[in-house]
Amino acid sequence: MTTPVLDVRDLFYAYPDGTRALDGVDLHVHRGERVALLGPNGAGKTTLVLHLNGILGGDAGSGGGTVEVSGMPVRRDTLSEIRRRVGIVFQDPDDQLFMPTVREDVAFGPANLGLRADVLEERVGEALAAVGMAAYADRPPHHLSFGQRRRVAVATVLAMHPEILVLDEPSSNLDPASRRELAEIVQRLDVTVLMVTHDLPYALQLCKRAVILSQGRIVADASTREVLGDAELMAAHRLELPFGFNPAATR
Amino acid sequence: MGADHRHTLHLNGRSRVHRLPAHLKILSTLAFALLVVATPREATWPYAVHLAALLLVARAARVPAAYLAPRLVVEVPFVVFAVALPFVATGPRTTVLGLTVSEAGLVAAWALLVKGTLGVLAALLLAATTEPHDLLTGLTRLRLPRQLVQIMGFMVRYVDVVTGDLRRMSIALASRGFDARSPRHWPALTRCLGALFVRSYERGERVHLAMLSRGYAGSLPVPDAAPWRSGDVLVAAALPTMAALAAAAAVLAR
Repeated sequence: MTTPVLDVRDLFYAYPDGTRALDGVDLHVHRGERVALLGPNGAGKTTLVLHLNGILGGDAGSGGGTVEVSGMPVRRDTLSEIRRRVGIVFQDPDDQLFMPTVREDVAFGPANLGLRADVLEERVGEALAAVGMAAYADRPPHHLSFGQRRRVAVATVLAMHPEILVLDEPSSNLDPASRRELAEIVQRLDVTVLMVTHDLPYALQLCKRAVILSQGRIVADASTREVLGDAELMAAHRLELPFGFNPAATR
Repeated sequence: MGADHRHTLHLNGRSRVHRLPAHLKILSTLAFALLVVATPREATWPYAVHLAALLLVARAARVPAAYLAPRLVVEVPFVVFAVALPFVATGPRTTVLGLTVSEAGLVAAWALLVKGTLGVLAALLLAATTEPHDLLTGLTRLRLPRQLVQIMGFMVRYVDVVTGDLRRMSIALASRGFDARSPRHWPALTRCLGALFVRSYERGERVHLAMLSRGYAGSLPVPDAAPWRSGDVLVAAALPTMAALAAAAAVLAR
């Protein structure tokens, strides 16, 4: 079998107050997969995401375990390459977009990788085109609509040519049209995706496979349809389908 | 949020003044302000020349007086101080409009008022013709310490986000019967400001996390080297040259 893009083994993490956030997480994601990471609030989803690119881990709270990205372990000396390989799109685009113009913001990541001039321009253009925002390159991010800002946030990460795209609550605060547009963009991308979400229909639409993280452990790992269809499992982990939504009825 | 909401100091335009590189405009404004300050305060006419020079620039930039005038209010604290000066300063007295005032104070007040106004006008013209973002690039090109420019850049980027937070908080407060004029409600106001500070601080932390996630290692991308085209330099030099001539003439005429 090929090396997984994401290989998390037996990962532990405790917050300074002793709360166990991750309690032995095992997760493997293979190339081309789109995986939904589900779980109730406080399950440790964000903590897990911040381990994937080495923001957390390796400090006092980490209690062992390893994270490897395409075979490269997350360590202090591999951080810059790890952060290229793992592209995290945070929930609030205002946290992610901080440069004066869209173009400069998208260029920020690849410039940190050492790209300059034409190659950099090309990366920026290509990433903005991938999310349909090429026409907005010279606009300041705070003049865009929320949905547009989220798309630009995705572009800022795509410009680094990540091996895995990690989306944190990609559909939150989006109106239905922006939500659909973002889904179409994600479906078009040729990249491995890990999507953290409470939006279960979105998970079903975009991801074949879903895992449930609950109390710091992966408690389910199966096809999204199977996971969402298992009423007992869902109830045990405070997951609920929206009113009137039947995963078995959708194609 | 739409494209209509702009930074209120900037006036869109495509004039020669607008197109001038920001670092040249900053230098020109700075030189002008220094020359105004250096002009002897005894004569009136050099200041008329300074003002005329500024008005010429405003005309070239197509910035209407109606745009500049209301923005001059920023100067008010200095005006108050200038008006107070003739009354509080010591020295020989003179009578103006039936009031006995200090002569030295009167001259100082005039100088403060006229130099302040000219400086503010010049700064307003700079702001009206230069996007905040270009100003930052200009400052970087002028070798201002990068940390300072970065702090200003974050301020420009997040001022809308933070004022948006504040607006939503005050709407939420008002919706629950809050009245900012009643002293009984002031404690709530201070807590609201405290909460705003904590929220902004936490946002700062999240922004930093997001930057680290994209490989930030302590420095932002460097803008290209500053272009010093002779045509631009000549245009930028026009304002300080006029000011220099007026100041020099005033010094010689003393």
